[in-house]
Amino acid sequence: MTTFPIEKIRADFPILQEKIRNKPLVYLDNAASCQKPQQVIDSIVHCYSHEYANVHRGVHTLSVKATDRYEGAREKVKDFINAQSTKEIVFVRGATEAINLIAQTFGKSNIKAGDEILITAMEHHSNIVPWQMLCAETGAILKVAPINLQGELIYAEFEKLITDKTRLVSVVHMSNALGTVNPVEKIIAAAKAKNIPVLLDGAQAIPHMAVDVQALDCDFYVFSGHKLYAPSGIGVMYGKQALLEAMPPYQGGGDMIRKVTFEETEYNALPYKFEAGTPSIADVIGLGAAIDYLNDIGMDNIAAYEAELLNYATVKAKQIKGLRLIGEAQEKGAILSFVLDKIHPHDIGTMLDSLGIAIRAGHHCAMPVMDFFEVPATARASFAMYNTKEEVDVLINGIESLIEIFG
Amino acid sequence: MFDDLRDLYQEVIFDHNRNPRNFHVMQDADRKVEGFNPLCGDRLTLFLKMDGDKITDASFQGSGCAISTASVSLMTEIIKGKTEAEAEDLFSKFHEMTTGKSKEINLEAIGKLAVLAGVREYPARVKCATLAWHTLDAAIKNEQDSISTE
Repeated sequence: MTTFPIEKIRADFPILQEKIRNKPLVYLDNAASCQKPQQVIDSIVHCYSHEYANVHRGVHTLSVKATDRYEGAREKVKDFINAQSTKEIVFVRGATEAINLIAQTFGKSNIKAGDEILITAMEHHSNIVPWQMLCAETGAILKVAPINLQGELIYAEFEKLITDKTRLVSVVHMSNALGTVNPVEKIIAAAKAKNIPVLLDGAQAIPHMAVDVQALDCDFYVFSGHKLYAPSGIGVMYGKQALLEAMPPYQGGGDMIRKVTFEETEYNALPYKFEAGTPSIADVIGLGAAIDYLNDIGMDNIAAYEAELLNYATVKAKQIKGLRLIGEAQEKGAILSFVLDKIHPHDIGTMLDSLGIAIRAGHHCAMPVMDFFEVPATARASFAMYNTKEEVDVLINGIESLIEIFG
Repeated sequence: MFDDLRDLYQEVIFDHNRNPRNFHVMQDADRKVEGFNPLCGDRLTLFLKMDGDKITDASFQGSGCAISTASVSLMTEIIKGKTEAEAEDLFSKFHEMTTGKSKEINLEAIGKLAVLAGVREYPARVKCATLAWHTLDAAIKNEQDSISTE
């Protein structure tokens, strides 16, 4: 931990200097969205100031430059998750759009009435609702693997739910509401044994650990840029090339075509087949800058630093009387979801906000998880690589003080 | 430590949160309406006993944050004995106060509901305070048996 360049990292994030209600900002809502380093902000300013034009269209210098930067970012994403080819990297608006894309293209062409889609009980709404919509359209059935009171997938039950009718396994890599990191290697191996494709929702996992899609051997991996220190409104759908080739396009329009006549249209090659319309060019370039920034620090270093931070916070939180942690999985990312005896999470949120501490209070777009733990909502402190033990102390002191005031 | 919050979390609010008034099921209620705030999960059931257009008794059940619990607790106290029109008038004054539409607080009209005026500085919490009143509004209009803030 001594070698982790925390001061340098904190200095790179201008928003961390902000005062909130006259107190230094303690930003612990990273699972909702992360803050951006100056390098990412600069990359966007530079793009619009010096290198902006539409991509893949013009022969003029600026368009060529913008295209180079845009495609350069795709290359960076490919390397970051170790995909085989940039053809497998499709830019979308975020993890939500990626899952909807897969449901509407892969799903509609491969999943029929009576077929099953298997998810877990800890999914974000974005990995539930698109499948419910597909099931309503096709007559397929959504199966949900249960979790235990620690917030872990009950793997034996999950395995039993893989049947001859399962056409897709779609599982969250790391839960946003609980912090649980799923045993994705085992899950993928079990699905592969029956030739079932696997989609991993990596929205939460991607900023906290190194992800290697070839080593995982998952078929789809989706994530959002805004949780990876990159701009909002941009995300990635990774898919194995053979699967993507076989899938019909998602939206029609410019850039996704090779030849259009009024009689017929020939679609463009991968990945452009899935990128209709002008993309979010500067934000993609910003995503590339965020990846450069993370590579400089090293994802394994970030994971180690955050593990220590989470451990520190967990030990401290458990000493608070009346605090109940929601989600105590063995394998866990840097998320601390909790409830306090007789104090509603929204009151916790407002009280901590008055101390400059930003946490999330609510159902975290995972209402079934709230139902399972029989709580209307939780308070959630979620950490990023720029958070410190001192900030954890501010949080813990804040919680203790508000318990006192509520009496 | 929480000096900034004194306007929002007044002692009366803590008191009503700890010991909510009229917090029980009313078996012989004439009106029963559920209110729900899907954003935060606040849920309440409001029971009214009527005599013509007069509210003779009010009670509630449910769970929510301190603001919403205090608001519904205070409301059940204040609407007892009021006519539907008087209760609706109070709702509109309360709404104006909590959304900051009227800067002046008419203490005479609003009475102890004034302790909830602090929410106007916290836009994210206005719905916590108004859920009770939207539920009452639905009960008076007798339009439906459940309402939602969204």
